[in-house]
Amino acid sequence: MIYCMYYPTKTVGKKRGTVMIYTDNAATTPISPSAAQTFTKCLNEVYGNPSSLHSIGQKAAEVLFEARQTVAQCLNCQPREIYFTSGGSEADNQAIRSAAHAGKKKGKLHIISTSVEHHAVLHTLDRLKDEGFEVQLLEVGETGLVTPQQVADAIREDTCLVSVMYANNEIGTVMPIAEIGEICRARGVTFHTDAVQAAGHLHIDVSKQNIDMLSLSGHKFHGPKGVGVLYARKGVALESLIDGGAQERGKRAGTENIPAIAAMAQALKEACSEMDEVARQETAIRDRIIQGLSEIPHSILNGDRDKRLPNNVSFCFEGIEGESLLLMLDEKGICGSSGSACTSGSLDPSHVLLAIGRIHEIAHGSLRLSLSKYNTMEEAEYIIKTVPGVVEYLRSFSPLWKDKVSGKNPFILK
Amino acid sequence: MALYSEKVMDHFKNPRNLGSIENADGIGEVGNAKCGDIMKIYLKIDNEIITDVKFETFGCASAIASSSMATELIKGKPVSEALELTNKAVAEALDGLPPHKMHCSVLAEEAINDAIKDYLSKKEKANS
Ligand SMILES: Cc1ncc(COP(=O)(O)O)c(C=O)c1O
Ligand SMILES: [Zn+2]
Repeated sequence: MIYCMYYPTKTVGKKRGTVMIYTDNAATTPISPSAAQTFTKCLNEVYGNPSSLHSIGQKAAEVLFEARQTVAQCLNCQPREIYFTSGGSEADNQAIRSAAHAGKKKGKLHIISTSVEHHAVLHTLDRLKDEGFEVQLLEVGETGLVTPQQVADAIREDTCLVSVMYANNEIGTVMPIAEIGEICRARGVTFHTDAVQAAGHLHIDVSKQNIDMLSLSGHKFHGPKGVGVLYARKGVALESLIDGGAQERGKRAGTENIPAIAAMAQALKEACSEMDEVARQETAIRDRIIQGLSEIPHSILNGDRDKRLPNNVSFCFEGIEGESLLLMLDEKGICGSSGSACTSGSLDPSHVLLAIGRIHEIAHGSLRLSLSKYNTMEEAEYIIKTVPGVVEYLRSFSPLWKDKVSGKNPFILK
Repeated sequence: MALYSEKVMDHFKNPRNLGSIENADGIGEVGNAKCGDIMKIYLKIDNEIITDVKFETFGCASAIASSSMATELIKGKPVSEALELTNKAVAEALDGLPPHKMHCSVLAEEAINDAIKDYLSKKEKANS
């Protein structure tokens, strides 16, 4: 069964001829028409290998360089500081391993990060623990934020890396990146940020924000999947994860995926050029949904109310389980996501929701709706009309909920 | 391939025997909120035959579908037969469950066992 939720063409969903409302853009975004056009054009016409010396190869090298330049402009860095990767996960892996191993050479084995990072970061850090590194994960408060002061207090003589995500993929919280960057620069510690959810959505300036390394991923801003970027400031040592040819200044072997790279650059350029306008539109829709869903009794917004991505809505609803909620919403034409255990494939709900203090029972009942420029206020109205009914339906046969209503057990959320 | 079979989705979307029974002859409840699935089964039993069964579930689609299917499988059956229901039979009747979802069907088996145990102990008390 394939259901395509390709927005720009308003694909009709599988049920009753309804148009699916795609609000899972933190998972991935539909490719924008202009990025798709760049992709197919390169696929058909720019088939040369950028390492080849003949004109067909050099045409590809040119397209590759232009893409590098475009990405560099969007981040305010030099083209030579841009390394193309297979995505956000690879960029995170490479950044963290590189900084750690560079630190190890100087006897620095202390790494600072946060408890709400993406698994691409957390699992890489777990591996480094096995290699003898000491990993300190900063706790976040209920809002999901770390403070610059926490970072300043945690830095030691032997700290080789601070890695703090720019914006959280589940609860949308935006971290104080410029302030953390300033502290790290002053203390001479390499600073990496996983900006996968921020790139193309928030203004990033790696120079002004004192960012040494940054990861981003093409498919989170209407570019293709399987392609990303690692920005590494000149002078920051990189080690390669993939050995072979001398592509990407010898730091990432393999013939470049020109269509994906060019399309990602196109998508990023587009996203950056319309960023303010899109953010305004998304924020209005986001706030309407937050307002509407807040009316549901015994529910709570996850993440900071204001320091959050313009496209993120995240709630927990007491007494119900997230996967059922998602599938019921899918039935009604709404695509979202949840941090419940049963959607994560493990027995534990999202580590992010647990980190902000949601207990297991509450974390199971989470719903994330993440917007894009293709969403409309009309869809927001449909969402806030539909979600309360589904929550009520699932509660109507939840023994957990009924025990609260009967007074046998207390409610946890107001 | 979709995560769930059509049968699972059917029982999830149109659960059979949803609800509770007043003055039930046996009630079973298993699971806990921490692990994300709770199942409650109500039985009406006449002459050792399960004449009615209802369920309430907090949990994922496979937990809800397993509850629904399990109640269908024991409705109208003798208590002794219901005791033999296995989670494998529930999963098979649903045309299979993904491996990491099998634990949800285990709960259905356990909830039914729990409800029958409740019935038997009530019966014993009444007889003594
Ligand atoms: C914060 C964050 N980091 C890293 C990743 C991984 O990116 P990719 O899927 O491109 O490997 C994601 C995407 O899910 C993400 O949200
Ligand atoms: Zn389950």
